[in-house]
Amino acid sequence: MSTKFLTVSPSPHVHQEQSVKELMYGVVIAMVPALLFSIYNFGIEAIYVTSLAVISCLIFEFTIAKYLLQREPDVWNGSAIITGILLAFNVPSSLPWYIIVIGSLVAIGIGKMSFGGLGNNPFNPALVGRVFLLISFPVEMTSWPVPGNGFMEIDGASGATILGSLKEGLGNGESMETLMVSAPSYSELFWGFQGGSLGEISAFALLLGLVYMLYKKIITWHIPVAMISSIFVFSGLLWLIDPTQHADPLFHVLTGGVMLGAIFMATDYVTSPMTTKGMLVFGVGIGLITVLIRAFGSYPEGVSFAILIMNAFVPLIDKYIKPHRFGAKGFLS
Amino acid sequence: MLNLLNHLKTFPQGGVHPDDNKLSAKSHIQEISLPKIVYIPISQHIGKPAEPLVERGDTVKAGQIIAVHEGFVSANIHASVSGKVGKVEEIMDSSGFKKMAIAIRVKGDDWEEGIDRTPGLVKEIELNKKEILAKIMEMGVVGQGGAAFPSHVKLSVPEGKSADHLIVNGVECEPYLTADHRLMLEKPEEILVGTQILMKSLGVENAIIGIENNKKDAIKLLKKKSKDYRGIKIASLKVQYPQGGEKQLIKALLNREVPPGGLPIDVGCVVHNVGTTFSVYQAVQKNKPVIERVVTVTGKGLEKPSNFWVRVGTPVSHLIDAAGGLPENTGKVVSGGPMMGKALADISVPIAKATSGILIIPEYEAKRAKEYNCIRCGKCVEACPMGLEPFHMMLLAKKGFYEKAKEDNIMDCIECGSCSFECPSNRPIVDYMRLGKIMVKKLNN
Repeated sequence: MSTKFLTVSPSPHVHQEQSVKELMYGVVIAMVPALLFSIYNFGIEAIYVTSLAVISCLIFEFTIAKYLLQREPDVWNGSAIITGILLAFNVPSSLPWYIIVIGSLVAIGIGKMSFGGLGNNPFNPALVGRVFLLISFPVEMTSWPVPGNGFMEIDGASGATILGSLKEGLGNGESMETLMVSAPSYSELFWGFQGGSLGEISAFALLLGLVYMLYKKIITWHIPVAMISSIFVFSGLLWLIDPTQHADPLFHVLTGGVMLGAIFMATDYVTSPMTTKGMLVFGVGIGLITVLIRAFGSYPEGVSFAILIMNAFVPLIDKYIKPHRFGAKGFLS
Repeated sequence: MLNLLNHLKTFPQGGVHPDDNKLSAKSHIQEISLPKIVYIPISQHIGKPAEPLVERGDTVKAGQIIAVHEGFVSANIHASVSGKVGKVEEIMDSSGFKKMAIAIRVKGDDWEEGIDRTPGLVKEIELNKKEILAKIMEMGVVGQGGAAFPSHVKLSVPEGKSADHLIVNGVECEPYLTADHRLMLEKPEEILVGTQILMKSLGVENAIIGIENNKKDAIKLLKKKSKDYRGIKIASLKVQYPQGGEKQLIKALLNREVPPGGLPIDVGCVVHNVGTTFSVYQAVQKNKPVIERVVTVTGKGLEKPSNFWVRVGTPVSHLIDAAGGLPENTGKVVSGGPMMGKALADISVPIAKATSGILIIPEYEAKRAKEYNCIRCGKCVEACPMGLEPFHMMLLAKKGFYEKAKEDNIMDCIECGSCSFECPSNRPIVDYMRLGKIMVKKLNN
């Protein structure tokens, strides 16, 4: 018995079960409802775009890690898959294949690997890719297939998103009332019968994902709740001031990338604050910037920009917003 | 709604929920055969080692003083068995370091005169405040929750400070361990009398015994028994690690926060473990020094997870044999619980006054998993009960920025292990916290 060698290591000697991999695949599972809905809505092209983005992201991550950074590639930890799916979720289903590949290269190469890989990137990689594409290919990135074309009928029709037509209409001097007549109803917006990027259209499907991630304790409620409620409050203020120029708050929350951004993009671990108080500030900041861009900017939609801008503030938030130090007195300590 | 109003007390910040695995909760505390030889370390407490009074060849009786405290922050050591003193030399103890210990070859079981070994309960406290303190010091009582701080020091309230509450810590939040739980079930009255002795010694009117809600039987029993004792309340606490941390417990029970670097007495509290409270009872009412204690021997592969009455100095291997022997797939043997216990390199090390349990961890759970990059998930920040940012401390300590670590309050860390436990990237956060703390202490000197 005395020849038995024992492992000696400092405490703790037990560990919780959730590894990075499980957390990441948990996020992937949470995105399945939105993916299924987009397949239902946009048809086989949704699968095509998503698989292409995921495969490109995996290949780029592997290649860059192995040949450029010369380290052991760890592509199956799930983070590249998430980036791929999120990139696909943020583009129209009709996007040509080469644009998707370019987007994946920018997302993984510039957005993530250039900073040293998982854990080191200051900006959400999928959004870096998305914004790059939006600026480089504005036409392709804003031609939306009309929803409901799904498996039922193959049709190349394309139209603007409701946020886009509002912005255009208001710019042409049309009144909010006439514009809203052609807008989808709240229930259509909630279930997802609207035009838009692949994964952003159904608030319901995205909320299912949120519930799953909260239940699995993958994320906390702070960022989604702070972001959605701040969009509600700030757009509500504008609406109260001038309802002829601004859409109502519920409309703002249900359209564009708000749900996708609040649930899957702003909550990215690497690019969001560490403390719960910091997360609240971060979420409110995104909400405010989104509303400002939507109301006064030249783009109809501002969620991606808002998240990227707030990503840049994360180090500052982490520096000044600290958890309560046990035993310390005072409000900010 | 009723549930919400009646919610269990807990500390509001941080904490984790490891599986509690109380395998030995139903096993009665058993007497165990005496080993052939015991090794009694002369330093089983925080403070100076005691000064040996015996030499090789001396005959000693159980309960006889064999090393006397050196200064105030130190504790007496007594022979736990009768027999002949062997070598007085350095041996490896559970800390992994070589420490001076007195070996005693066991012969018979003769006890020192004047120790009351009858099971009868002595309720009447005859000693006065001063005599109680002297008795506790004489009998070598130290904190049995883990830190082994000499109890008489804790009970000597410094000038200018005063206590209004005694807190008896029956939380036992470490997974697996059941020594305190069984003691509360089997010696409830003794613990209550011990509590009254401590109250008298401190001159306080109120005592709270805090117990985690996974020990409902102990809570019920003590609630019933405590009706005959004035000023003692029993509080059930939420199962949440580290509920039994001194600072967390005070926060949970009285909503007071011990200031950074401070002691419970700074907020009017003195905290003692239930095991210590029982020892205080035995010291004061039975004239019995601390020479035995309850030790849990447990683990998933172990044949009979048990609780034993163990003489101080008994080799760990003797206990493991009594619990069915070391399992084939053993990977690690831990002295204490899985969250804060120390892994043993050798199972011949002796049980000390503050050894609450021996945990056998199978091979498949003994090795650490591969470490990955920090993904900034914030789970360590959320888990830290002291409001620190463990991920950040780890980086500072790793890079040698100890001044900065000190500024960012690394010394507040209680090394509870919650951050490392939670980290999905398996980063050894507490290891670096410890390194940082050691280096900051060096900077201060």
